[in-house]
Amino acid sequence: MPSVAAGAEPRPRRKALPADREPIIRLEGASLVYGGPQGVVALMDANLRIDAGELVAVVGPSGCGKSSLLKLVSGLHPARSGSVVVAGRPVTGPLKICGMAFQNAMLLPWRTTIGNVLLPLEIVDSHAARFRRHRAEYEAQARELLATVGLAGFEDKYPWQLSGGMQQRASLCRALIHSPELLLLDEPFASLDPFTREELWDVVQDLWLERRPTVVLVTHDLREAVYLADTVYVISPRPGRVLSRTTIDLPRPRRLADTYKPQFIDVSHALREQIATGARP
Amino acid sequence: MNVLLTRRLLPWSTTVGLLVLWQLVCVVLRVDTFILPSPLEVSRSLVQNTGLIMVNALQTLMTTVAGFALGVAAGMALGLLLGTSRTVYDGLYPVMIGFNSIPKVAIVPVLVIWFGIGTVPAILTAFVTAAFPIVVNVATGLATIEPEWQDVLRVLGARKWQILMKIGIPRALPYFFASLKVAITLAFVGSVVAETVAANAGIGFLMMTASGRFDVPLVFAGLVVVGAMGILMYEVFARLERRLTFWAIRSGDLIT
Ligand SMILES: Nc1ncnc2c1ncn2[C@@H]1O[C@H](COP(=O)(O)OP(=O)(O)OP(=O)(O)O)[C@@H](O)[C@H]1O
Ligand SMILES: [Mg+2]
Repeated sequence: MPSVAAGAEPRPRRKALPADREPIIRLEGASLVYGGPQGVVALMDANLRIDAGELVAVVGPSGCGKSSLLKLVSGLHPARSGSVVVAGRPVTGPLKICGMAFQNAMLLPWRTTIGNVLLPLEIVDSHAARFRRHRAEYEAQARELLATVGLAGFEDKYPWQLSGGMQQRASLCRALIHSPELLLLDEPFASLDPFTREELWDVVQDLWLERRPTVVLVTHDLREAVYLADTVYVISPRPGRVLSRTTIDLPRPRRLADTYKPQFIDVSHALREQIATGARP
Repeated sequence: MNVLLTRRLLPWSTTVGLLVLWQLVCVVLRVDTFILPSPLEVSRSLVQNTGLIMVNALQTLMTTVAGFALGVAAGMALGLLLGTSRTVYDGLYPVMIGFNSIPKVAIVPVLVIWFGIGTVPAILTAFVTAAFPIVVNVATGLATIEPEWQDVLRVLGARKWQILMKIGIPRALPYFFASLKVAITLAFVGSVVAETVAANAGIGFLMMTASGRFDVPLVFAGLVVVGAMGILMYEVFARLERRLTFWAIRSGDLIT
């Protein structure tokens, strides 16, 4: 479970992987089109390489195809052309190693908050059998996780009894509960206030430092991208193309005070500039 | 007066109001009992024939519930099939519409040929009348699941039956319960219709014989009893619905 102790021990930065090592996610010329031949081209000719254990942020203007990129990687939507390879296999359908927080919380209204959080455990093979026998243990884990995002006391409420931001936090817990190898987060902090958001950055960062899943984080917040990511991809307006790849070489664990340091601010500005120029025709 | 109490009392006051109106019409216009007996005459008949009515009402109730239960079982099964398989849906739906368009009285003679006069045709008529709305609702509930909710499970690598169990069925439940309320009242229509034609017991049969003896108050008493049983059963399923699908009926208010 996530340790959220404020002073989580600084861990040595992951050694750079040898260049020839197979990345966990590899997109080559991948395009995603909604609808028939005249459909909407959401993503065009995308090339990406994401290493195992990397924390990647994807930024770009609204409607540029960020959520679509996640659909491609998770196997929820097939590529129209090009190739998508995850964990060494071409993606042909939904994977079994994903945890995903959707842009809309998409909690099930007939389940309580904790019931929603436990849902992946009922599905994912590696947990399902154990979950049935050790329900109490898992439930305690889920409660702990909900507490780390500030939802203690709301476990037994229904989603429609929670605020939008609370639903989003519960949805984040649902993505994390089964410790997925590949974590796909679609603007998970979008409807939160700045303070809660920054607290959750640290929750995610600590959890990532502890378990080292591969994370793809979609966000509109450049500070968030720079704060959390190893690598930031910028996507152009529709039809989305990968415009640039920026490595963020700031030491970890990063702390909020770091966001006011010149190095941090410079990187954020450089990214902003890229998005602004990319948006121009 | 408090709003909740008003809402509780409203159905009763409406009923009493209509009865008073009916009585007034009969008295003021001096309507013949053979045309339209007054509520007082009907209730007199109800009291006089309590035993007779009870026996037949019980018969009708059993018949209806039996047919309804069959309808629920078949309706759910068929609805599940229709709601989860495009092929079955496309193939079967038009046929079902056609079948449902046949007036149910019209199939009673066929049932009599197959099963003879008695309880069986009434049960089967109740069954076929009740099944249709259940099939349609269950199928609709399943077929209109938001793809985004399915994605929540699909992204975890869920199989089709898991999506059905975790999302399809809970999501279809409100539709299912809504259809039960309609189906139980339709089951009464089916069983009583069949009883009037092809039975030797039940409220429908009682009304038919009473009408043969020109005992019009008893005919009306039969109608009242069927109506009352319908309301009672409807209420049972409405409560069940409120209890089991509370998450779908949150406000308790209609669109204002
Ligand atoms: N289910 C769909 N059917 C058809 N078109 C779609 C669908 N989903 C997205 N699109 C189109 O694909 C394009 C990219 O959408 P996508 O959701 O990937 O954008 P996004 O980058 O996530 O935007 P935002 O930041 O606003 O969430 C949009 O132009 C949208 O109109
Ligand atoms: Mg999006």
